[in-house]
Amino acid sequence: MDNLNALLQGFGDVLTPTNLLFALAGVIIGTAVGVLPGIGPAMTVALLLPVTYGLEPAQALIMFAGIFYGGMYGGSTTSILLNTPGESSSVVTAIEGNMMAKAGRAAQALATAAIGSFIAGTIGTMLLVLVMPQIVKFAVTLGSPEYLAIIVVAFVGVSAVLGSSRIRGLASLLIGLSIGLVGIDRVTGQQRLTLGIPQLADGIDVVVVAVGIFAVGEGLWVAAHLRRKAAEVIPVGQPWMGKQDWKRSWKPWLRGTAFGFPFGAIPAGGAELPTFMSYMTERKLSKHPEEFGKGAIEGVAGPEAANNASAAGTLVPMLALGLPTNATAAIMLAAIQGWGIEPGPTLLAREPKLVWALIASLFIGNTMLLLLNLPLAPAWAKLLQIPRPYLYAGILFFASMGAYAVQGQPFDLYLLLLLGLLGFAMRRFGLPVLPMIVGVILGPLAELHFRRSLQLSGGEWSGLLGGPVAWVGYGIVVLVLAWPLIAAIVRRVRGDDGGDGDGTNGPAGSDGRDPLKSATTNFGRGGNVPDMGM
Amino acid sequence: MSLQDSRSRAGIKDRAQLGVCAGLALLGVALLVDASRIGHAASSNDPVGPRAVPIVLGVALLVVSAFYLVDILKGGRGEEEEGEDVDLTHGADWKTLGLLAFFFLLNAVLIDYLGWVISGSILFWGSAFALGNRHHIRGLVVAVALALITFYVFAIGLGVNLPAGILQGIL
Repeated sequence: MDNLNALLQGFGDVLTPTNLLFALAGVIIGTAVGVLPGIGPAMTVALLLPVTYGLEPAQALIMFAGIFYGGMYGGSTTSILLNTPGESSSVVTAIEGNMMAKAGRAAQALATAAIGSFIAGTIGTMLLVLVMPQIVKFAVTLGSPEYLAIIVVAFVGVSAVLGSSRIRGLASLLIGLSIGLVGIDRVTGQQRLTLGIPQLADGIDVVVVAVGIFAVGEGLWVAAHLRRKAAEVIPVGQPWMGKQDWKRSWKPWLRGTAFGFPFGAIPAGGAELPTFMSYMTERKLSKHPEEFGKGAIEGVAGPEAANNASAAGTLVPMLALGLPTNATAAIMLAAIQGWGIEPGPTLLAREPKLVWALIASLFIGNTMLLLLNLPLAPAWAKLLQIPRPYLYAGILFFASMGAYAVQGQPFDLYLLLLLGLLGFAMRRFGLPVLPMIVGVILGPLAELHFRRSLQLSGGEWSGLLGGPVAWVGYGIVVLVLAWPLIAAIVRRVRGDDGGDGDGTNGPAGSDGRDPLKSATTNFGRGGNVPDMGM
Repeated sequence: MSLQDSRSRAGIKDRAQLGVCAGLALLGVALLVDASRIGHAASSNDPVGPRAVPIVLGVALLVVSAFYLVDILKGGRGEEEEGEDVDLTHGADWKTLGLLAFFFLLNAVLIDYLGWVISGSILFWGSAFALGNRHHIRGLVVAVALALITFYVFAIGLGVNLPAGILQGIL
């Protein structure tokens, strides 16, 4: 009941004219930027960070909540109306949604996506209200060794479980951890990796890294491979749904939500697996299986709900533990740090007003989105026709502005370009960017708890193992890292050469250009998750 | 992921990956060298000191680069990232990329002297040009408008850190 009261208090704080205006601005800007082709939710949030610099933390968070859900919603509009694959988590939505649009049912596809997002987002946020305080209650009892173990699980989760190559994920993580080391050691005052450059003494600002990797890196990557002819936009009118569409959508919405939220909440869940599971489930349960692949509304409703519920789920570890589990959450965490607030288990105790205001604004932003997006869809669709030179020039322009504004020094712009080139190279060589940004954000925290654990144990290495939570954590880490070995032994012992159960039997991704196929391969790998968790 | 791949079609694909591998190993060495430079400053308060983590990371980087090398030699290859506007059938367009980097650096050099409105306009106009915009006047109008709007909204409206430069007093 306390939580409910706190939430009501949060609504009270948000429901002032000024704050509602900030929420509205966040929703509109978030959707507009998210709709732009080539800009996914993570880049939306990274580019819009500077907008919040001049605001009070509460107002900035309120606006951010709108940007968060707006960016998500905008991304799905893009994938339905543009005939090209975009974000990996909206690939599944794109398969059926795009087919529906081509068959003249764009209005229904957008409507089921919008309403499904609203329902999933609202239920997901409610679950966040229920679950998050419980996790905080548990987390505040954890000591440094346990907390370190949880961070290590998150590291291994984002780098070795998500994505298609664990070695590339780990490489990316280590690059991020190294970037996190740069600067003066907080305990001893020693300079590390600063190369004698005074501007590096304070470390590399996480915002500069996020903007560099997600905005500049992505912008340069697309610029170097820009389509000669921009993809065609499918025209759309006002979204609406007939009675039949409602009947076919409401169960997939709820099932998608059930898939999405738990996967978002665990450190290695992500949105790809639940959206794909939702798609497979709907195809199995549908009374119209023949429509799948040709534009089945269930195939938009379910995955889109799963995608949004997963996004709400990622807020659980982000707010309760300070752990980012997807790129958008990582950047939001960077923003929270930027406002001088320390995320982690004590966040709720120290800044209850802020946290509940944020959650209340998630509800409000989500509702505004539904009210705005149904009538505004045709206007958003027009944004898809923006000339590409202006679009990508604009990305570099806003990225430069945001990075400069962090500290007001041109040095950060040189750094930004370097990080952008790093982001470019990572995209070129298939190194996932999420582990890197998680490494930058959590690396210093991990080192802090590492050293604190050893301090508590007087330098005894056994101090790192702490209690049962840490044992379970490291058990999971060892299992995940040794999985290829274990799988090979199991296969040999069983003596079968079919190897169908190993989950790596997808068509090897040398040319996985087909979205469904690459989604299948990811699914095959991701299928390991439940086994490993056991 | 590339189990079947490596068995059926051995040999290195995409040799540039070796450069990434070397880069990782180099970063590992750099971390170790940098760590050895730091004086050992352990105390009862901080038994491991500032060197432990860089050493662990440096070793981990060397180990990962070794596994990476094995993966490449077995024919492993990272998938290039897709996107709505990305066409991977052609190679990277280095000319565009070079021009973009040039205008980006130009902004970094000019911003403190000329101010955001001018340097930002040049950045936008130049980037659009690099990306194939040939409506020079329209591009300039959009650039100046964007730079002015962002300056007034962010620097003056929200108090964000953007320099006025030589236009100080005019804007």
